[in-house]
Amino acid sequence: MRKLISLLTFILFLIIGLTAQEHNQPSEHQEGVVHEEGHALDCSADHSGHHGPFDAGQTAFHHIADANVYSIGPLQIPLPCILFAPGHGLDVFMSSKFGMDAFGHGDGHKAVNGYILDGGSVRRIVTPGFPTGVVEHGAILHQKEMVNNKSKTITYVCHDGQLFKCDDKSKLDAGMFGGGLSSFYDFSLTKNVVSMILVGLLLFFAMRGVARSYQRRDGKAPKGFQSFMEPIYMFIQDEVSKPFLGNKWERFNPLIQALFFLILGLNLFGQIPFLGGSNVTGNLGFTLVLALFAFFVTNLNGNKHYWQHVLWMPGVPAWVKTILTPVEVLGLFIKPLTLMLRLFANITAGHMVIIIFTSLIFIFGKSGENTLGALLTAPGSLILSLFMMAIELLVAVIQAFVFAILTASYIGAAVEEEHH
Amino acid sequence: MVGTLAGLGAGLAVIGAGIGIGMVGGKAMEAIARQPEAVGDIRSNMILMAALVEGAALIAIILSFFAQPGLTA
Repeated sequence: MRKLISLLTFILFLIIGLTAQEHNQPSEHQEGVVHEEGHALDCSADHSGHHGPFDAGQTAFHHIADANVYSIGPLQIPLPCILFAPGHGLDVFMSSKFGMDAFGHGDGHKAVNGYILDGGSVRRIVTPGFPTGVVEHGAILHQKEMVNNKSKTITYVCHDGQLFKCDDKSKLDAGMFGGGLSSFYDFSLTKNVVSMILVGLLLFFAMRGVARSYQRRDGKAPKGFQSFMEPIYMFIQDEVSKPFLGNKWERFNPLIQALFFLILGLNLFGQIPFLGGSNVTGNLGFTLVLALFAFFVTNLNGNKHYWQHVLWMPGVPAWVKTILTPVEVLGLFIKPLTLMLRLFANITAGHMVIIIFTSLIFIFGKSGENTLGALLTAPGSLILSLFMMAIELLVAVIQAFVFAILTASYIGAAVEEEHH
Repeated sequence: MVGTLAGLGAGLAVIGAGIGIGMVGGKAMEAIARQPEAVGDIRSNMILMAALVEGAALIAIILSFFAQPGLTA
């Protein structure tokens, strides 16, 4: 039995090593997509032959990013694209129109009304003169350029031997962190949106089922799925809502429970391996909305006592108040900001560490040149990835709990009655 | 050179968070040793405090990542 297990483990390592090898064959998988730096781009050159060095950082960012296609291994599930550009109008189509390959890393072959698919995201061609409608296009090129003294990666697409410049992806978080909002708006049902809707529906039906069995079996002991959910629900109610929200806990308990179960569900859904790896809670836009809920619920429910403590702290000398008031007012915004960044950073960091551990195979294997290096790194990388995944399961629960507990404590501080 | 500084920033943030979480964990262990019956309360407060410390560190790490040009685009 033990021999069988060790044999199976060996075969598994072998397969992982060989898959890693195969994955980096340039001609098989990233057709004509070249990352070039420094020298001028040329469409006529043959880009399929040479390949840039493996970039672990770029790979990690690509894998945690949102995408307009849901890829599960070789399966590329098209998602609806809803794109709007001022002066151009609204475009609604399925992302299968871009013509993706299996294992194509989300790169399309075809341009649709001046939009292309690059690495799973829609980009808009900004150079005028590109034909509308569905057009076959050439290689997609990336080049680092200096824009306003900042190094930026600019994407170009080839068509008829000519270079066409593409705009950045339209993403809220890209706009917040220096990417700038681009010339078009992407309202598409992306991978993250679809996963969020799926998990939301799943939670809705699960919770409705549990609620119905409480009505049907009133006064009786819980049964089945109900007895699985009850301890979790009661834990949040007894450990988070009741102690932190004071005597108004019944009013805010549904919000806290909803936040906890939504974050937990999405965290766990995003960690199922080989299921597209939708990184919803690791998306700044999503955590921003959750933090805004916390911000508005806290401040719209704040009583006189709370605002007095924020704006004019009683019981301290006047000169201290001049320092305390700005700090407290800043604190109003810093609290939801840290809520937003904490969840985003924890989940993103976890996913990135797993990708970097996997990338070690490619780094030591020198992108397919060194088979022995890849084979030797694969077992270590596998163990480290498994360890990190176990940690991430823990983090998924802890971060959902922490988000709930901190939201509850902020709301609790705002609705607390005077007691001194 | 900028990339090096970003890495340095992330590392410095981790040192601070390491000291902070170490103190939180150590003191919680001491508290549990003194009063084993209060382990539930201490544990949930420990997690809360660790999350607060870690939040500051993660913000620093993320900011140092995004301060690095060329990675976000």
